[in-house]
Amino acid sequence: MEVALRKIQRPDPYLDIADVEADAELMLLHLGPQHPSTHGVFRIDLYLDGEIIVKAVPFPGYLHRGVEKLCERLTFVQQTPVVDKHDYVAPMTSEQAINMAFEALLKVEVPRRARYLRSIFAEMQRIASHLLWLGTFTLDLGGAMGGGTTLFMHCFRERETILDLFEEVTGARFHYNTHTIGGNRHDLTAGWAAKVKSAMDLIESRLSEYVSMSYENRIFRQRTSGVGVLDGALALELGVSGPILRASGVDHDLRRDAPFHAYDEVEVKVATATEGDCLARTKVRVEELRESIRLVRLFLDGLPEGPINGGKPIKLAGQYKVNTGQVYVGIETPRGELGTYVIAGGEGGASPYRLKFRAPSLHALSTLPYVLPGATLSDCVAILGSLDPIMGEVDR
Amino acid sequence: MSALLRGFVYGLLVVNAVLLTSAVNIWFERKFSARMQSRVGPTRVGPLGLLQPFADVAKLMSKEDTVPASGNRVLFTAAPLLATVCALAAAAVVPFTPDVVAADLDVGVLWVLAVGSITTIAIFMAGWASNNKFALLGGMRSIAQAVSYEVPLVLSAMVPVVLSGTMSLSGIVTWQSEHLWIAAWPLIPGLPAFVIFFLAMTAEANRIPFDIPEAESELVAGVTTEYSGMKFALFYVGEYAHTLVGSAIASALFLGGWSGPMAATMPWLGLVYMVVKTLFLFFMITWVRWSLVRFRSDQLLAICWKWLVPISVGLVLVAALWVELVPGVH
Repeated sequence: MEVALRKIQRPDPYLDIADVEADAELMLLHLGPQHPSTHGVFRIDLYLDGEIIVKAVPFPGYLHRGVEKLCERLTFVQQTPVVDKHDYVAPMTSEQAINMAFEALLKVEVPRRARYLRSIFAEMQRIASHLLWLGTFTLDLGGAMGGGTTLFMHCFRERETILDLFEEVTGARFHYNTHTIGGNRHDLTAGWAAKVKSAMDLIESRLSEYVSMSYENRIFRQRTSGVGVLDGALALELGVSGPILRASGVDHDLRRDAPFHAYDEVEVKVATATEGDCLARTKVRVEELRESIRLVRLFLDGLPEGPINGGKPIKLAGQYKVNTGQVYVGIETPRGELGTYVIAGGEGGASPYRLKFRAPSLHALSTLPYVLPGATLSDCVAILGSLDPIMGEVDR
Repeated sequence: MSALLRGFVYGLLVVNAVLLTSAVNIWFERKFSARMQSRVGPTRVGPLGLLQPFADVAKLMSKEDTVPASGNRVLFTAAPLLATVCALAAAAVVPFTPDVVAADLDVGVLWVLAVGSITTIAIFMAGWASNNKFALLGGMRSIAQAVSYEVPLVLSAMVPVVLSGTMSLSGIVTWQSEHLWIAAWPLIPGLPAFVIFFLAMTAEANRIPFDIPEAESELVAGVTTEYSGMKFALFYVGEYAHTLVGSAIASALFLGGWSGPMAATMPWLGLVYMVVKTLFLFFMITWVRWSLVRFRSDQLLAICWKWLVPISVGLVLVAALWVELVPGVH
């Protein structure tokens, strides 16, 4: 990966406030954990000089549920519904990540049709997730009692069509539990593909409206352009991935660089931008929406016939046993690289000995101490929103 | 009729009219924004949800009235009263027809601007007395915004004053009924002055895109963070009353107020014209509000000092030249 190293003055995240206090009277503001714009329960301690942020200390952990420890007790087949609750905006991809890791560990082959189904689900989930992000981001900029809500409602209306389609296949709108070791549990219903195509047409036709309400709007551009600039080198150092990394000029997408599912059978166009600010992140995500719509159509057209599950039918909770080996599988979720690292051999081989998730949102939040100093309080909300953090995934 | 009785009757009429219209406007705004967002809005209370604002007021009245333990109780209580009273007091000089004016002051424009700017003090009082960091930040922003936007507001209001040669709102409307709307004639100081006055008025009433003092995505609820119950309702109603009275004053200053075809012979038609113009401006503000995101406070100040103030100074000069050079203005 080639990164244009830009020499910029990075703020010191470990700045000693005592050094600053001498010439400025700083105000300590706890932004969160109960604040309308922290996207869940997340706290940032801001040291403010007027409205300018001097130092920012993020405090994740308010939503910690000890899932990684729980996963050491559950058997391989019992874990999918638990990880659904991690990234609650894109549960499909969390399910896929953990099942792909178990498949690699247990050496189970996934049939081609199941890989296509997973690709379709992943791309539709990306559309739903990015739509939700666009809506909530304008909500952060424009407030719950103004123009922000209008775009928010429109984005949710479109996201709703995708949730309806997921419900038709899996029976659940949100926590699907449709992926399992070796493939999927639910096959498509009759006429589903046609409905998906018309939904994609609808969303594509309305995308231009969203663009004109978001980054073609002058006020929106003023609020996002040059705000929260993250240079590519720092992003790589902090392990940032996904649209945030691509908006900082690093051309990296696991769908193309390390293909999983059925991505090796199609050509994925990766959207990038060089500015690294909130506006660039918006543009990259909107481009990804367009690309995902294209990919869904492509996968639907090429959908092969065949079995949807290459594993054993689930009869017993502990039917899969493996005692040796460790595996890391990374997939590209809407938020970046979601990695699952599993060491086999817990509970007599029926469970992982240790399971660790690499959550992209956590890495995105780790940029805050570098990006926030120098920004205003209003910018802080915009920057946090542009990182698209899902606290369920950050804290686990 | 004695002056005292007249003032009492008109005061009661105007205050009730403004409050009732504000309530209907709250309903309208909720319905309108709902249609913009492919929702239906309030439907349950009354036909078409028309009684929703009254249900809201009843709910807010029955809520516990809390004052922060370490806040300043006197200022905390006085702030919402002051905000609402000032917004309503500005309505006193609005001419609804040639005859229906609560108080036809010779310095009507000055009264409106002076009373309107006290609202800012009320907002800062609320921010200070809450003893809450978010409220304090909101109050600070409100002061910065008001100090800036008062200047183009006053300067753009000077254009009709200079052109018509009077500070009485009735006098300005009468001048427009004899000539043309100031927003249309003379077009050059008139129309830009109207736009600037409208923008600055929106900013003073804290409506999106200028609602940075309450900016709920950043400051939780800004100055009203600690407010609940009827005190919060007063702020809310005060904001709507301010917007409504501001729209009325803008239509009197620039859009000819009650003047229009046949208004001279049928005074009630003048009232219709005035109400239609006012509600149209209010509708424009609502439309803008539900379409745009908000500015950042430093951007807001930059727009004001770099664009609005220099332009409005120029407009006052052009208006003065117009009065000097064009015969028959006065």
